Amino acid sequence: MTVVATVRDTRDAVQTGARSAVDVCQASLEAIAAADPSLHAFTTLTGERALARAAAIDRHPQRATLPLAGVPVAIKDTICTAGVRTTAASRILEHFVPPYDATVVQRLEAAGAIIVGKANCDEFAMGSSTETSFFGPTMNPWDPTRIPGGTSGGSAVAVAAGMTPLALGSDTGGSIRQPAALCGIVGLKPTYGRVSRYGLLAHASSLDQIGPMTRTVADAAIALSVLAGHDRADATSASEPVPDFSAELAAPRPLRIGVPRSLIDSGVDGEVGAAFYAALDVLAAQGATLVDIALPHASAAIPVYYLVSTAEASSNLARYDGVRYGYRAPAAATARGGGRMQDDLKAMYGRTRAAGFGAEVKRRIMLGTYVLSAGYYDAYYLKAQRVRTLIRRDYEQALAQTDVVAMPTTPTAAFGLGEKLSDPLQMYLADIFTVSANLAGLPGISVPCGFTGGGLPIGLQLLGRLFDERTLLQAAHQYESQTSWWTRRPSIR
Amino acid sequence: MAAGFSRSQVEHVAALANLELTSDELDTFATQLASILAYAEQVQSIDTTGVPPTASVVTAVSERDDVTAASLDREDALANAPDGHLEAGLFRVPRVIG
Repeated sequence: MTVVATVRDTRDAVQTGARSAVDVCQASLEAIAAADPSLHAFTTLTGERALARAAAIDRHPQRATLPLAGVPVAIKDTICTAGVRTTAASRILEHFVPPYDATVVQRLEAAGAIIVGKANCDEFAMGSSTETSFFGPTMNPWDPTRIPGGTSGGSAVAVAAGMTPLALGSDTGGSIRQPAALCGIVGLKPTYGRVSRYGLLAHASSLDQIGPMTRTVADAAIALSVLAGHDRADATSASEPVPDFSAELAAPRPLRIGVPRSLIDSGVDGEVGAAFYAALDVLAAQGATLVDIALPHASAAIPVYYLVSTAEASSNLARYDGVRYGYRAPAAATARGGGRMQDDLKAMYGRTRAAGFGAEVKRRIMLGTYVLSAGYYDAYYLKAQRVRTLIRRDYEQALAQTDVVAMPTTPTAAFGLGEKLSDPLQMYLADIFTVSANLAGLPGISVPCGFTGGGLPIGLQLLGRLFDERTLLQAAHQYESQTSWWTRRPSIR
Repeated sequence: MAAGFSRSQVEHVAALANLELTSDELDTFATQLASILAYAEQVQSIDTTGVPPTASVVTAVSERDDVTAASLDREDALANAPDGHLEAGLFRVPRVIG
């Protein structure tokens, strides 16, 4: 089958005319046609539109300088694409066609990228395995009986299986980094505010961030330079200057890496822990100093995350009510028949949301509504926000004496399809190492750092200072350049 | 605090959330919400005396000039409505008052 190259190689070939954007696009569509029937990474394909846009890139007067000239990209289906169905993998938006593009989509297309389809995910980005999608799960290309991680599972699989060199994900509690780790690719969650969320279907607004998923750190740097920057359409987007991340990938001096050993050793699978400590050895051999750090409130991150994120989600998802867009459940037919049925607005809301949302989304709306309700707000939501401050302070202190903090991305490699679906709390606990970056707003990246004996990928996670993706990418690049894990590809049958 | 959830408590929350739940869902959520909240109880033991809440990590106030700009066309705004009425420019809904 056709192997799609990296972002950089693809871009370079199209820029120089060594390969046409149409040829690259066709190769990507062929790879999707070959692999997607068994992996289900996509909810919607945009082949014709993609080929037309690729032809336009081939004729583009600035083709030679477009930073993503002809690069095929998969867009997570929580991100709005004008004229292309955007479902959030939910029945309630099954036929929703946005009238506008998300800012990140505009930026990608202006840079020459070609959208080949919308990537499957957990419904409204709620889950950790891409199993809560209304359209059915995505399979892990390293072992199709296992989950690809989530919630950006389709995006991760599109890149891991060589269907596209680049995908966009969104990360509220690990949804870029965790599937990247479980699929053996690179996933970058930028600092909160670094990338505009205009056009992202909101899950938890104080935590959500969009970021790139790629095969290499250099590719993530290229993509971030395109995606980052202030956007007047997103009041939370930051005005921080955006450096040329690609030009500064070499670390200028030895790195100081913080390692929260007690957190890691308390709950990580043996093979994952071994791969993680071996990765630290690689970085130490490059001159990095390893510094023991304490994150005393890290064990509270999961409860804080699920109190804060569900509260925000219950509010954000109130807009799906069968009035302005999306699914509306018809009034139930009555056995008596005859005249007009008794119906009112409130009943329509209730049955539309009952039929339109899946179990995990309902569960989180219920939890979030409860923790915000009279009598419980102070004890749960406000308390969680106070502990969130303590978690932030832990990281501020750790990153005052280090350049990055390192830990495994996930406590285990990919688990089996269906294994945790019936036990929500067990599923939530899989996010133990990823949610803190969202609570603290920090940038984080996952890079491949080994495989289990059974051939499943393992991810190394690095977390950086606010708006210091430069150092974060340098650290990740330094590790990647000393290892070859990222070059391994799954064999797709 | 959240020792258990009764069906009527779950029904009350569902009404606040505009969610019509089946009898099975009421039972399932009563069990699951109780177990998730029991786990979340651990935050109560953390001393947060004098610690301010974090609602957002963004501290800079984002201000912009108040400039008039084009917004969504009426046709686009109504295009996804399950029962839109383009000529009148309305979203049609079931009756609100009995």
